[in-house]
Amino acid sequence: MSAVFVRLWNAVILAFTAIAGAKVRTVLTVLGILIGVAAVVIVTALGTGVQERITAQIKSLGSNVIYIFPQANQSSGARGVRGAGRLTEADGKAILREAISVGSIVPSLQAQAQLVLGDKNVATIVVGTVRGYLEVRGFTIAAGSNFTETDERVKAKVCLLGNTVKQNLFGHEDPVGQIVRIGRYPFRVVGLLAIKGQTPSGDDQDDRVVIPAGTFRSRVLPTAPGRVHLLMASATHARTVSRATAQIEAILRQRHHIGPERESDFGIRTQAEFLRTQEEILSTLRALLVGIALVSLGVGGIGVMNIMLVSVTERTREIGIRMAIGARQGDVRVQFLVEAVTLCFLGGVVGTLLGLGVIYGLSRALGWSMLLSPLALAVALATSFACGIFFGSWPAHRAAQLDPIDALRHE
Amino acid sequence: METPLIELEHVDKDYDAGPVVVRALVDVSLRIARGEFVAVVGTSGSGKSTLMNIVGCLDRPTHGHYRLDRVEVGRRSGDARALVRNRMIGFVFQGYNLLARSSALENVELPLVYRAVTRRERKQRAAGALREVGLENRQHHKPNQLSGGQQQRVAIARALVTAPPLLLADEPTGNLDTRTSFEVLSLLQRLNRDNGITIVLVTHEADIAACASRVITMRDGRILSDAESPARDAGQLLRDLVDGATFSDSA
Repeated sequence: MSAVFVRLWNAVILAFTAIAGAKVRTVLTVLGILIGVAAVVIVTALGTGVQERITAQIKSLGSNVIYIFPQANQSSGARGVRGAGRLTEADGKAILREAISVGSIVPSLQAQAQLVLGDKNVATIVVGTVRGYLEVRGFTIAAGSNFTETDERVKAKVCLLGNTVKQNLFGHEDPVGQIVRIGRYPFRVVGLLAIKGQTPSGDDQDDRVVIPAGTFRSRVLPTAPGRVHLLMASATHARTVSRATAQIEAILRQRHHIGPERESDFGIRTQAEFLRTQEEILSTLRALLVGIALVSLGVGGIGVMNIMLVSVTERTREIGIRMAIGARQGDVRVQFLVEAVTLCFLGGVVGTLLGLGVIYGLSRALGWSMLLSPLALAVALATSFACGIFFGSWPAHRAAQLDPIDALRHE
Repeated sequence: METPLIELEHVDKDYDAGPVVVRALVDVSLRIARGEFVAVVGTSGSGKSTLMNIVGCLDRPTHGHYRLDRVEVGRRSGDARALVRNRMIGFVFQGYNLLARSSALENVELPLVYRAVTRRERKQRAAGALREVGLENRQHHKPNQLSGGQQQRVAIARALVTAPPLLLADEPTGNLDTRTSFEVLSLLQRLNRDNGITIVLVTHEADIAACASRVITMRDGRILSDAESPARDAGQLLRDLVDGATFSDSA
């Protein structure tokens, strides 16, 4: 056991001596592996960073949100999508009461409208809803406060401004307490929504005005009482989203008297579906990039093999001397294998450091968090090690198969 | 006669050189006892190098038997012969065959590396072997910093470091001038006399062969003659040479 260790240790020392003896060549040889490993490290970290970013964006849409919207079907005839809807606040209340996996549910009505302040005039989306909207969609109040239950009941002309709207109308002024006009009616700004940024599909979530649903029906877009454009439910947990979806579907079909053989007159979409699509695209992209990185690692490995073969030829006489003196085939094989592994591992270590450096620079420049998991680090180093074994074994075999007499005669 | 160290029985060695088979050794039988100093002489192509390779376990006979210290080694596999070379045989070559990038001490250590001897013990034994050949002050010199005679002494130290019973020297003085040749021969004679090491020396020079106590002459792959000879003292030859030079200088 200890004899094996001593032999191996001797081979490692020998490898370092040989490598140190040819510095320029070592650097050139290792370059391929170095770049390959650095590429793997960077791509992995970049992938993790992008994924985290997308996940954060999707989370910004609201946690575990389920969208329920009216949809035309055969029984309701060929009317417009909105017109097809029989979705009401009562539906929402029923869902909240009966679906145990639904944590909260809010109605939503939407319309494009003009907002006027003095001589400024902007088009934006007006959302008619209830106070719980903010929680379900993951909005927070930056200044002022949410509207109240009383506001909802008396259809008060109050509104919450998204940050984009506020910037367009007020600039850096404080909008809370000011009066803006939506269509023909003056509304008092009671609160400012905190910045939320874009959705993954590029919509500006801050370009909106939120008002009570009743006010919306009577002042913005005349709508039958109780009728909604959209119900937004949030599941009790990310794991219960699909269960909540099934419960909602069952409840609504029953309430809308839809027989088992007929299509629903509503549709349901979840964030989970969206998330899945994004992840599929991302993982495909990632696999592609990792593939490219692995190809460069392979090319680097072939470079190492090439140089090792040259090295074996150059050192044929040395091999002959060692064999004459009592080196067995295994000793020679181990010597060259250890040299190849040392070369590749060296490239792997330097490549990893280079990759980490690039990641650090990139994450500072882009303001993304890019994390390299310890596992990815270990995999990168293990890969470079394996590269040494794989691409070193043929040259090592060639060296071990040399005939001592021929090798000694070699000039 | 006690059991010989080297015992060749009807050894043939054929080389397949394309359409013809070259018979490098033909029916060679030979016994060399422990403590002998044997010179093998012959012109090039006489088969003396082939004989050396077989005795040195670098090559295998095509036919016949080779027993080294009563053990049949002629049929052994590559690794087994490597072991025999490491344990039983020290090699000295014409071109010294030292590793150019390694110091004298590291070169001498080399056979011990393949015996998994610890670093400290290797250093001690290598230093001892260098002392024996008079190079204790040259331990950390690279081969290119040493003269030809010194390099050959490093090679001899490397052959000695495992304390083998047999030392094979293939034209050890081929690259050396006469004076250095006698110095090296004097060293070999001392090792043979004081340490009892068996030496087989291949040469084509008659005055080098004259320093051995037995001369085997080869021709066309066969042993032409095998005779005891009065060994001349290389040290004396060296002194004569120096005296002669001094004499001729003063003349």
